[in-house]
Amino acid sequence: MSTESNLAASALDAEMSLPAQVSEMRRLYWTLRRELWESRSIYMAPVGVSAVFLIGFAIRAASLPERMRVAATLLDPTRRHAGIALPYDIAAGLLMLTGMVIATFYCLDALYGERRDRSILFWKSLPVSDLTTVLTKAAIPLVVMPLFIFAVTFVTQLIMLLLSSAVLAGSGQSPAMLWSHLSFFRMSLLLLYHLLTIHALWHAPLYAWLLLVSAWARRAPLLWAFLPPIALCYLEKIAFNSTHLLSLLEYRLQGGMEALTVEGTFPMDPMTHLTPVRFVSTPGLWIGLAITAAFLGAAVRLRRYRGPIGY
Amino acid sequence: MACIEAHGLRKVFGSITALDGIDLRLETGRILGIIGPNGAGKTTVLNAMLGLTSYEGELRVLGRNPWTERDRLMCDVCYMADIAVLPRWIRTSQLLDYAAGVHPRFNRAKAEGFLARTAVRREGRVREFSKGMVTQLHLALVMAMDAKLLVLDEPTLGLDILFRKQFYDTLLTDYFDQTRTIVVTTHQVEELQHVLTDLMFLDRGRIVLACSMEEFESRFVEVTVRPEHLEAARALKPVQQRQVFGRDVILFDGVARDHAATLGEARTPGIADVFVALVGSRPGAPRNEGAPR
Repeated sequence: MSTESNLAASALDAEMSLPAQVSEMRRLYWTLRRELWESRSIYMAPVGVSAVFLIGFAIRAASLPERMRVAATLLDPTRRHAGIALPYDIAAGLLMLTGMVIATFYCLDALYGERRDRSILFWKSLPVSDLTTVLTKAAIPLVVMPLFIFAVTFVTQLIMLLLSSAVLAGSGQSPAMLWSHLSFFRMSLLLLYHLLTIHALWHAPLYAWLLLVSAWARRAPLLWAFLPPIALCYLEKIAFNSTHLLSLLEYRLQGGMEALTVEGTFPMDPMTHLTPVRFVSTPGLWIGLAITAAFLGAAVRLRRYRGPIGY
Repeated sequence: MACIEAHGLRKVFGSITALDGIDLRLETGRILGIIGPNGAGKTTVLNAMLGLTSYEGELRVLGRNPWTERDRLMCDVCYMADIAVLPRWIRTSQLLDYAAGVHPRFNRAKAEGFLARTAVRREGRVREFSKGMVTQLHLALVMAMDAKLLVLDEPTLGLDILFRKQFYDTLLTDYFDQTRTIVVTTHQVEELQHVLTDLMFLDRGRIVLACSMEEFESRFVEVTVRPEHLEAARALKPVQQRQVFGRDVILFDGVARDHAATLGEARTPGIADVFVALVGSRPGAPRNEGAPR
């Protein structure tokens, strides 16, 4: 072999042995985009719900001037506010509910679907670790969904407000009362705060549980996710006549109200005050996050061991 | 450094021993064919190499432990299986975007150049493509990833003969060179006889035969024996004797070609014939199918 071809061969070797040049952030980004390509309902469903709600709102907007006149006669400011803000609260509530339902079904399928259709073999043939994959999938309910629900709600409420203002102005009324009662900026801030504290941080262990079941189940992840907890609550009731587990689950589903001063009211209530310090000093938050980490760690491990279903 | 090195590779699923002590050393620049009946452990060997399954024993692929370093190993290894593993919902363009996003050496232009010669559409989804098109798409990805080791598990199952021929032609002309290694399992052995450089027969988790194709050709000889030489041929301890159109065809292991030629018409046997002779005659054959893969 000539020196020249030796040189060429060693140059080729050097080129071949270049270290991986793709950063973990880049892999996370593209894996996240892949999730959105696959699960289009993550963004389609909230936008669809918002569109349907806006159509309904637009139809009812014809009677808005009359309702505003009635609201203006109410002396109690709380009731007046409730009358004006109600549709905005309903819109936010509806979108949050949509987000939770979509996130639940997303999580249940996230690590199960790829095993069922065997595409896990393809994903695992790419240089993406199980940790990156599971973290990306967890980011959908914990980061992407709350932020996206916020964005859709923000736009929806803005359209509602502008539409209402236009209708009121068209009927000769001033939209000033509407704007003063809604304090749009504050309403949005509260919504974002609520989504991040409750839907992302407080509910995190619930989504992590769903992901864990999705990584573990060989069939029917929906049943595996819900039946065992229900059965355990029932058994506890029969065996010990106590409801500790049930109240624990209820606390997780409905708790987290330490984030706000007024308990039991809707988070968009103007009387509400944010108490983030009280929220972060709630032990339940940190216990929940520790459980989240444990569940996700177990899901990473399961994804490593579990191959396609049936093989 | 050998491309693949295994010592005492074992894998047990419950009560079934899928791999029972595999030793293997494959140098760079080789094409190894792993041949075996269903349930022999072929896919388990490949899965171990790819970090898809845990195992006992020692295994290094490109100097790495596949089980603990799968994600880093996959920068240099590509994998295609018979089962259409490309996700059905994905579009061609998304697949290229994703590969370019996560793979350090993915050459997008190369993949697109290859796809331009096929019927695979950029905006089409995998579920709309025929089996042959899905294979072409996967092959385009694999070739553009510039992998050092390519692992193929029944890559051409369910493809017609034109696609199969084109598949191997493309691999050999556009992909394979002295810096790359291919490991392939297949049932369509005849088509691979002139492609392989190394051969391994696997049966019930054990290696029955492992040799290079040069060794295979010098070791095994098949003779259509003339009737008058039948007794002499039998004295040479043939591996297998069968009748083809009323004539005796005898397979020898380790008999010199010149000597064999004195008994009748001598030639290099097909891999499939040697496989049937070595594996089919083992006690217990034929065995149950459908063992865990």
